[in-house]
Amino acid sequence: MERRTFPGGVHVPHFKELTEHKPIVRAREPKRIVLPLSQHTGAPCEPLVREGDQVKLGQKIGASEAFVSAPIHSSVSGTVASVQPFIHPALGRQVLSIIIDSDGQDSVHEEVRPKGDYASFSVDEVKRIIREAGIVGLGGAAFPTAVKVSPPKEKRIDAYILNGAECEPFLTADHRIMLERPEDVLYGLKVLMYAVGVQNGYICIEDNKPDALREMRKVAANEPSIKVIELKTRYPQGSEKQIIKAVLNREVPPGGLPFDVGVMVSNVGTAAAVADVFKKGLPLVERVVTVTGHALVDQQNFQVKIGTLFSDLIDQVGGYKVEPGKIIMGGPMMGIAQMTAEVPVIKGTSGILVLTRQQADWGEPSPCIKCAKCVDACPVNLLPVFIGGYAEREMYDVAESMNALDCIECGCCAYVCPARRPLTQAIRIAKWEINERRRKCGKK
Amino acid sequence: MADYKVVVSSSPHLKTAVTTPILMRDVVIALLPAALAAIVFFGMNALTVMLVSVVSAVASEALFQKITGKAVTIGDFSAVVTGLLLAFNLPASVPLWIPVVGSAFAMIIVKQLFGGLGQNFLNPALAARAVLLASWPAHLTAVVGPFDVKTTATALVVMKTGQGQIPSLFDMFIGNMAGQLGETSALALIIGALYLLARKVIDWRTPVSYLGTVFVLTALFGRDPLSHLLAGGLMLGALFMATDYVTTPVTKKGRIIFGVGAGLITVLIRLYGGYPEGVTYAILLMNIATPLIDRFTVPRRFGYVKRS
Repeated sequence: MERRTFPGGVHVPHFKELTEHKPIVRAREPKRIVLPLSQHTGAPCEPLVREGDQVKLGQKIGASEAFVSAPIHSSVSGTVASVQPFIHPALGRQVLSIIIDSDGQDSVHEEVRPKGDYASFSVDEVKRIIREAGIVGLGGAAFPTAVKVSPPKEKRIDAYILNGAECEPFLTADHRIMLERPEDVLYGLKVLMYAVGVQNGYICIEDNKPDALREMRKVAANEPSIKVIELKTRYPQGSEKQIIKAVLNREVPPGGLPFDVGVMVSNVGTAAAVADVFKKGLPLVERVVTVTGHALVDQQNFQVKIGTLFSDLIDQVGGYKVEPGKIIMGGPMMGIAQMTAEVPVIKGTSGILVLTRQQADWGEPSPCIKCAKCVDACPVNLLPVFIGGYAEREMYDVAESMNALDCIECGCCAYVCPARRPLTQAIRIAKWEINERRRKCGKK
Repeated sequence: MADYKVVVSSSPHLKTAVTTPILMRDVVIALLPAALAAIVFFGMNALTVMLVSVVSAVASEALFQKITGKAVTIGDFSAVVTGLLLAFNLPASVPLWIPVVGSAFAMIIVKQLFGGLGQNFLNPALAARAVLLASWPAHLTAVVGPFDVKTTATALVVMKTGQGQIPSLFDMFIGNMAGQLGETSALALIIGALYLLARKVIDWRTPVSYLGTVFVLTALFGRDPLSHLLAGGLMLGALFMATDYVTTPVTKKGRIIFGVGAGLITVLIRLYGGYPEGVTYAILLMNIATPLIDRFTVPRRFGYVKRS
């Protein structure tokens, strides 16, 4: 069988053995949940409830009129304890959040009911249902799915890629979803393809998940318009631009989006969430989270109510085995380090990774020896050796001239650097400075 | 839950186990077969020259860093590599002060004065050899043959002057011929280079384009390409000097241009220049061209399409 891949990238140790064979188990009911009003790319929601209000499971409690946004629903039934700022795991600052004390009853809101067969709805109705369910990309970027499936009219879309690469080390949430809910993944893809009006679907999985490949092939066997594609295990295979290059040999232009080359990309977990809306009526109030890392007593794939605190889940795997060195939301290559475990799981939380002190110690940088391993690893053809160097010296205009803004922050350059130079980190700062300067100059 | 102090930094949070000292140590390991071959063919003199060269390279670097109040970085093995490579470029019979002077020049003038590890623009071992060759040509060109200490003409000198006998291809391949102590055994050098390729320490592009260019050009000029590949310092240069990270291009295309350019200059010097051998100057000249090569071989931006 042909395995597809992209140029560049690195081979990273995947550490998936910690959880890949562990079925998804339901996490214990949280006593209290914290729901930030901004869990997606786009406009934050306005709260629809006040302190003391009774809410039910699946009830919409936050919404926005803006096009690029997604409403937020309660994942428990109970009482609103307060609406107050709370530390946000992706933004790293306080964000207005709704805190709800669960009554443990899971009384379901009356609007939660199965929608029925997607084909009985018009395309616009399907999009509205997806939007109302608060669905966003579950791979991490949390872009509102309803917006994604509404590309500008002039863009001709001919392919929908379902991303099951899960190339981040440690994470196995998508893997388990494909193994345990392959029909739902397939159903969700068909809904998304229907919404966009495309005929070709591709479910793409790295070859380190042969069981998931097998399961998805089994359920997709009678779907002539959907192909299951085997990808080489290579980081960052699951990056949007790289997976499009690997599967269709198309390159998204600098600063462009997948629809510029006629493609839509969604995560397999997103597809399963879409299936939940149509089959069960449940808006996005739960997701699968891999709780893992060598600093924990045990590791597990959990079905988690959004709003559950990291510390609650860490407790459920027995807590810390050794002193934690780093608590990360997401994987080790692109995840976000947390200041505390007292932060909530949000829609984009694919994993909670706790590294040991030793793993968290990056080591002292030594001089660059121009080995060019970063050049060979960069999947978007940049020269991190130079861009990183200029960024470290705060020469941002030179970094810009070397296309620093093309950087996808995959982390390959910093990962391979034998001198332990924080290249990705430096380039990230340079990008921020360049964008800031452009904004000030009023240029786009 | 108790509160812990955790590290907060931006991604990535995972790093390779391969560090600079590990890469340098791999290069030292890769040079060992050739060092062994040197001892087999040129005896204990070769060992002494190598030891003196390595010790004085390490000592020069440490001394300079101590005196100038910098952190001493001899633990990264890079001084060992330079010392060993310099010794490889000297005859086994050379007076022992030559490697001392050469190593000190390589480490202090070529490397440290330009900023230390990663900052030098010339290959330190080759620059030192060039200086030694210009200053004490008699000591540097008095190469000895294997298994005795008699001064003998190298294969390249024979090819240039037409006087004497070129060794058989087999002898040239295993290293049974006159030459600088570490350059004669193509077999040992290739074994070392294969190790580096397997460990992904070096890239195939530079050695292949360098050796390929020499092969094609000498064949075009009606010479015996195989003897040219095996004679002189070409194998050592192409496999271990032209693959030096610091002084060669970082782009893939640039590495090929570097190899082709070095091959071209090597052949021109060998066939038409004043010296029988051109590898040292070929690589040094390409070292100088390296920033320019990098500048003109920036890879195409991902997703960038030229408008037709």
